[in-house]
Amino acid sequence: MTDLAGDNVVDAASPGLLRRIRSRMPLLVICGAGWLALMIFAAISTDLLRPYPVTKMDLSARLAVPGTPGHWLGTDELGRDVLSRLMESIRVSLVIAFGATVLSAVFGTTLGFLAARFRGIVEHLVLTLADFQAALPFMILSLSVLAFFGSSMTLLVLLMSFYGWERYARIARGLAISAGAQGYAAAVVQLGATPARVYLKHILPNVASTIIVSMTLTFPEIILMESGLSFLGLGVQPPDTSLGNMVGFGREYLTRAPWVMLAPAFVIMLTTLSISVVGDWLRDRLDPTVR
Amino acid sequence: MTALLEARDLVRVYEISRGLWKKPTLVRAVDRVSLSLSAGETLGVVGESGSGKSTLGRMLLGIDPATEGQVVFDGQPMPAMGTTEWRRLRAQMQLVFQDPLAALDRRLSIAEQIGEPLVIHGLATKSEVKERVAELMSAVGLRSDQAGRYPHELSGGQRQRVIIARALATEPRLLVCDEPVSALDVSIQAQVVNLLRDLQEKHGIAMVFISHDLKVVRNITDRVAVMYLGRIVEEASSDVIFTHPQHPYTRALVSSVPVPGRKLEARIILQGEPPNPARRPAGCAFHPRCPVVLPSCRTSAPKLGAVGTGHIAACHLIAQSDAPLVA
Amino acid sequence: MSYVYRSGHMLSFFLSRMLRAAITILLVMTFAFCVLRLSGDPAQILLGPDAPQDAIEAFRERWGLNDPIVVQYWAYLKSLWSLDFGVSMRDKSPALQLVLERIPTTLQLTIPALILKVGIGIPAGVYAALHRQSIADRGVIMMAVFGFTIPSFVVGLLLVLIFSVTLGWLPSGGQDTWMHGILPTLTMSIGGIGILARFSRSAMIEVLGQPYIRTASAKGMSWRDVVWKHALPNASVPIVTIVGFMIGSLIAGAVVVETIFSWPGVGRLLVVSVSNRDLAVVQCLLLVIAGTMVLANLAVDIMYGWLDPRLRSKSAAH
Repeated sequence: MTDLAGDNVVDAASPGLLRRIRSRMPLLVICGAGWLALMIFAAISTDLLRPYPVTKMDLSARLAVPGTPGHWLGTDELGRDVLSRLMESIRVSLVIAFGATVLSAVFGTTLGFLAARFRGIVEHLVLTLADFQAALPFMILSLSVLAFFGSSMTLLVLLMSFYGWERYARIARGLAISAGAQGYAAAVVQLGATPARVYLKHILPNVASTIIVSMTLTFPEIILMESGLSFLGLGVQPPDTSLGNMVGFGREYLTRAPWVMLAPAFVIMLTTLSISVVGDWLRDRLDPTVR
Repeated sequence: MTALLEARDLVRVYEISRGLWKKPTLVRAVDRVSLSLSAGETLGVVGESGSGKSTLGRMLLGIDPATEGQVVFDGQPMPAMGTTEWRRLRAQMQLVFQDPLAALDRRLSIAEQIGEPLVIHGLATKSEVKERVAELMSAVGLRSDQAGRYPHELSGGQRQRVIIARALATEPRLLVCDEPVSALDVSIQAQVVNLLRDLQEKHGIAMVFISHDLKVVRNITDRVAVMYLGRIVEEASSDVIFTHPQHPYTRALVSSVPVPGRKLEARIILQGEPPNPARRPAGCAFHPRCPVVLPSCRTSAPKLGAVGTGHIAACHLIAQSDAPLVA
Repeated sequence: MSYVYRSGHMLSFFLSRMLRAAITILLVMTFAFCVLRLSGDPAQILLGPDAPQDAIEAFRERWGLNDPIVVQYWAYLKSLWSLDFGVSMRDKSPALQLVLERIPTTLQLTIPALILKVGIGIPAGVYAALHRQSIADRGVIMMAVFGFTIPSFVVGLLLVLIFSVTLGWLPSGGQDTWMHGILPTLTMSIGGIGILARFSRSAMIEVLGQPYIRTASAKGMSWRDVVWKHALPNASVPIVTIVGFMIGSLIAGAVVVETIFSWPGVGRLLVVSVSNRDLAVVQCLLLVIAGTMVLANLAVDIMYGWLDPRLRSKSAAH
């Protein structure tokens, strides 16, 4: 028994691993996962690796063409290094999107569980709120809130964390109700468990995979939403930088220096594309009930 | 002997919604049922689907609230569902489910699930739980190497054994088994029934055994109550029900149970539609299907009356005869 | 979305949906009120930090900003009821009028874009479903993935880069000739075509796998008839949902695109009013936008009942 387990470990670490991954993941998924790994690496190591400080201006080298030694992705209108700013932007955008996705999942799942636990008026309230959320385009809602409260990073993350909560709430509520109707949850209630135990120890682990699957759908949407707002100048504010806000500022120099806008635009495209490809693949693996 | 469990005039009414603007239909799933159970005694509850037997079982445990009437356990009225006292009482009374797979959490190992009642009620330390789980598993005939398995890796019979082990973990005084074997293969049914009987005898647990199948009940119960459309129509000791059934419905049920050495010739086949609780016939609810129906059966409902010692039945035919038919 | 179709009565179904729609609108109004009133002092914002104190006081008095919040809310609801959405704090013209003026301009972009989405997306999706694994099918999937993952501002800027900057064929902004409308319309429709194609494709594939389709073709019905008479009508339910959503966003869906192409529509007005903190106009826009969304959702629900009689009688688990 122990011998067998040992063999497995050795096997997993051997060069066969690559081939094994290949046989289980399509090429596209590998590319997607690779790109995402690169993005995460860039986000984490930006403080160590970026060639210049984000706001360092080099007025002698304004709008330098990509490929210029020292500025491999060129510079912008103030002579700031595009690569350095891009790495910082990746970090900001990913952190916002990740934080917001997690908050939204926690918020939505909690409301869904509350609706399932108390039914009646609580449930009606949650469903009405979900309807309200569906009736108002999120972009419009965010625009009004951001503009009137002024834009700050905290507010932006908080706002983004309302994105998609109603999906989690609906999923969590539906699964919890069906588990409670005659399933394992009813059995545990009957054993004398407190509601907290029923929901946290039994229902939550059972709905987790479905929730994670929804998170892979929400994550790229939040990236798009944040970059859209920043593009309009209402999201991340200078001197902070994010992918959307780089595209927004790069737009002014579209004719003379398209690279300032193209670099972050491609990063956004490839990142959201990779997440959906990898997410689709994960979805098929993790949860055969959600297609 | 004082009763461990007593049910007094239990009524359960469900509302069935027929539309937003229409008045909901009221369905009496359980209608004025009284019974009592002594410690260590087993009571069989038999009836077709729709007879209210499962609802009755849930009401006895306090999982389904009584619309009228009350359940008294150990001299105390049943606390409201979800209260702390109600939760504490769960250690005393347990349920064995019809569908063991649905009643188990598919993400926890069976050892963890068997020990869960002990953890919930704070009855044992970590190492004690482990020890107790091993004991329980061997008591219900599960191998110790199966402890780490997950529900979907076991067979139907094994899963039901897990449920039984979990139900017994807190050493309850009352066990309600709701069709515990109807989802199992016939070959496994006898094993599980025998297991339940052995455990019941060994631990002196009072048991309510609910089934649609008289022959399953026969081997395990002291007394049998026959239900039809939410009411008990006959109740007697297990032997008397099988040898001297009085109610025409009970007779029909008994006649369909094969007995070694007896031909099935006398089998009474019930005519008519199976009972629908939403459309209860007037008078005696059984009259549309009764082979010996009287005119009065269509208008007035018979009351439960004594037929012999410890034997009651509700039928106009029996009430009319002066002498009890019991030998 | 979980809707309750408890009874077979179309009327009660209709009424309950109306009620939900009304509650939603009321919630949006309350939300608008709360956000806009609690966000800061509009007098200060509009008159600037250097404004004299008596000017600020006069302003607050005039707009009722000194009353308790409940009084303000009640006055607000009353004025909405009489279609009085307030006056733009900038140029003193009625907010509703400002918004209504912009709607046709936006529709000049969004309606052609909707026609393109429906006219290309649905046939492409259906074609892909009928020819699975073909090159066309793969193309549709690719297109759909791009539609989901590329933000419209990137698409718009790429189109400008190609057709205006590099090739010089089309203008990059403004609203003077029909030529100006081409790039924004294209930008808006590309994503939608992909989304609609993907939904139509999966809806058709789902329907084509159903037993009644196999039965119909086994009975000797021609494939063309099977597709037109059985598959398409049944696949239309999910497609209608998406189209309904697109119709709902006819007014609001162009915020980013109008900004890129300097198109003076509703979206532009929203961004500008938001930057200027023009309360009345933003409130009015919020309500008009939410109103169209709710109406479109309501229409979709009623379409469902009409398209699929089963949904009316089905007591969907609430």
